[in-house]
Amino acid sequence: MHELPVIEKILKVVLAHAAKHRVKRVVAIHLEVGELSDLEEQWMQHYFDHLSKGSRAEKARLVIERIPARLQCAQCHETFLFVTVSDEGNVCPVCAATDCRLIAGQGYFIKNLEAL
Amino acid sequence: MSDEIRLIEVKEEIFADNRKVADDLRASLQKEKTFLLNLMASPGSGKTSLIVKTIAGLSSEIRLGVIEADIDSMVDAETVVKAGVPAVQLRTGGFCHVDASMVNKGLEGLAVEDLDLVILENVGNLVCPAEFDTGAHKNAMILSVPEGDDKPLKYPLMFSICDVLIVNKLDYMEFSDFNLEKMRERVLRLNPDIKIIPVSCRTGEGIENWLEWLRLVSGQFAVGSGR
Repeated sequence: MHELPVIEKILKVVLAHAAKHRVKRVVAIHLEVGELSDLEEQWMQHYFDHLSKGSRAEKARLVIERIPARLQCAQCHETFLFVTVSDEGNVCPVCAATDCRLIAGQGYFIKNLEAL
Repeated sequence: MSDEIRLIEVKEEIFADNRKVADDLRASLQKEKTFLLNLMASPGSGKTSLIVKTIAGLSSEIRLGVIEADIDSMVDAETVVKAGVPAVQLRTGGFCHVDASMVNKGLEGLAVEDLDLVILENVGNLVCPAEFDTGAHKNAMILSVPEGDDKPLKYPLMFSICDVLIVNKLDYMEFSDFNLEKMRERVLRLNPDIKIIPVSCRTGEGIENWLEWLRLVSGQFAVGSGR
């Protein structure tokens, strides 16, 4: 639901790097997005196309890699994949403890740009 | 310049600047000995009711202020002011969440140096507010009984970032198949440190436990201040 502020930030960072490296045009932006983010990739591209009009990043493609959510066992510190929407999963595979901390699967990270 | 595609390394976290503003805000409020609590929940779960109960229970001992964040209305701030504490209404202008710079703006409307505790009533929504650090010292959320005990399965991020979970509308329990134990188990699978406090804002049941938690956390800053 908050595609707009996220995309505004992404564009700002991208344009700063594009200016610094004196590129003519940004062709693609490689992003890592946490699996637990509810942002729709289609809408992210949509907002990006709208906001980037007339800039060096106009028509750039967002290449999104989803980062899986992971839990860490509070007892033995083993980390394992988070199973979304389930009562059966989310049990430590090593010690079977059920108290766990979510340690990955959120946030937005710009890895790199492809530019001309 | 050639027309070859170049790869430019960026490696930037999108919310890094918000986190910086949030960290600065936390530190400067701590210096003022003002505790900021971020209260999140779905619409209709009882955020404003809990705040009104909190004011009734604590305003004789703690100097309270409230920031009300709403997409576009003044209703909640008016309710809070009627309850007797200063409040500012932050209109988020269509945004689904509050970030740290919006909180900074809201705090300008309150005399923070004269307050011990500021409660930020975030936008009613269990999704977006979980992703934005507001600069609060603790995050609280409400889950009300009519919403169901499966919410930790649907909104894991929200449950994972909160320090305290208030289960409101206990008085609805008899009309519902809400299973408190099941819910507790689901929450602890995401966040073993969370404190769970069942209450009913309507009957007052459990409210004292909530006030006690709030006294404890917000009192940390006041140690040695002679309050």
